Amino acid sequence: MYSNGYIFRYAGILVIVVAAVLSTTALVLKPFQDKNDAVDKMQSILVAAGFEGVTAQNAIELFNKNVSNMMVIDPEGNVVDDFTGEGKEKSKAFGLNLKEELYKKSVQKPFELPLYVVQKEGQKIYIVPMRGVGLWGPIWGNMALKDDFKTVVGVTFGHKSETPGLGAEIATPIFTTQFPGKTIFDSNDKFVSVSVVKGGIANQPAEKQPHMVDAISGGTITSNGVSEMLKNVLESYEPFIKKQS
Amino acid sequence: MSAVKQEKEPLFSSKNVKLLTSPLNMSNPITVQVLGICSALAVTAKMKPAFVMAISVIAVTALANFIISLMRNGIPPRIRIIVQLVVIALLVIVVDQFLKAFVYDVSKQLSVFVGLIITNCILMGRLEAFAMSNKPWPSLLDGLGNGFGYGMILLLVGFVRELFGSGTVWGFHVIPQSFYELGYKNNGFMILPPMALILIGIIIWIQRARNPQLIED
Repeated sequence: MYSNGYIFRYAGILVIVVAAVLSTTALVLKPFQDKNDAVDKMQSILVAAGFEGVTAQNAIELFNKNVSNMMVIDPEGNVVDDFTGEGKEKSKAFGLNLKEELYKKSVQKPFELPLYVVQKEGQKIYIVPMRGVGLWGPIWGNMALKDDFKTVVGVTFGHKSETPGLGAEIATPIFTTQFPGKTIFDSNDKFVSVSVVKGGIANQPAEKQPHMVDAISGGTITSNGVSEMLKNVLESYEPFIKKQS
Repeated sequence: MSAVKQEKEPLFSSKNVKLLTSPLNMSNPITVQVLGICSALAVTAKMKPAFVMAISVIAVTALANFIISLMRNGIPPRIRIIVQLVVIALLVIVVDQFLKAFVYDVSKQLSVFVGLIITNCILMGRLEAFAMSNKPWPSLLDGLGNGFGYGMILLLVGFVRELFGSGTVWGFHVIPQSFYELGYKNNGFMILPPMALILIGIIIWIQRARNPQLIED
């Protein structure tokens, strides 16, 4: 028979040992994981801009070849930092923590946002990185806009732990191929974002259809999260976009 | 010292070898014990994620069995389940971290299912039924055996689903282009989880047809 004291000591020591093992593993593997994350971010940006055949192996090379500017802008639409040199993964824009910046936005503090410029077939494509919340955890993505800052060229989404087969479908082509050609400003140049709607966009008024995509059945909360993320992030770029035209 | 000193058992005695091999067939965790079905349906659309999942489960079952068996005499029975869970969770998180560091793309495909190894019934089942009452070495073998039994079915299902669903094996195209030109199409149904359930059903059917002693009355 084990005494209560023994049980408490046993549980306490076990937990401390386990915690030590876990933190050591996390610390040792962190550099490898960070590199993977950076490469994944580059891949996602390039795929959003419409590049094909981007793999983990050639992502860094393609990224440095095709991305011309790594800009940081503020909510008033001023360019704070514009990096054009080599080694773009070390630029301020690439290192900006979107989660923290969007948190600062939500508590009305000054914040900064990254904007990447990709050169593709002689055209400038602007990439807006995004971050928001899904059902179980964070969701993120990149939206590529034409140089009119209005038309969507492509989009990629990622997520930490959305339900496979339901919410996780936002990362699949079934969902993302709906976005190219959509517009984030209406015909009066008013910001409308792109919303994810239930019930089929074909049933919506025709003038709204260029700003809508179909939601995922069974993934309502994730779909709403995508809508919310697009609106929240893109609206912060509106002053910058207004200044360009 | 006890007078009747037990004769030291060889490492691979027939009893120990049986621990390793019987889960491959007569006590297969998936087809006979019907454990771990959820992940078997989810990660078998392609062989590569199925293989990584199998390796992960083998590592976790073997190590969890081994560690729990080493600890078995000190674990207070009243908190034994939570102790087992802590050990399993520790191993699963370590495996997940390794996958994220070294096979990032596969870890993205496996997404939540690596975390769900924690709830894989094979693990708790083997810890309770075997590791708590056996020595470390047989426990390690039992863990390995059950992991292999699980992995074998996963790869088999993954092979069939990838071959007919995508026309590839391990990512390489094996169905010649001329077949497609003649009108052959990949079976989209194979990609969906229900087909994995049907395939596992067929495997169970074949296995029971060949081994009448597995058939319940």
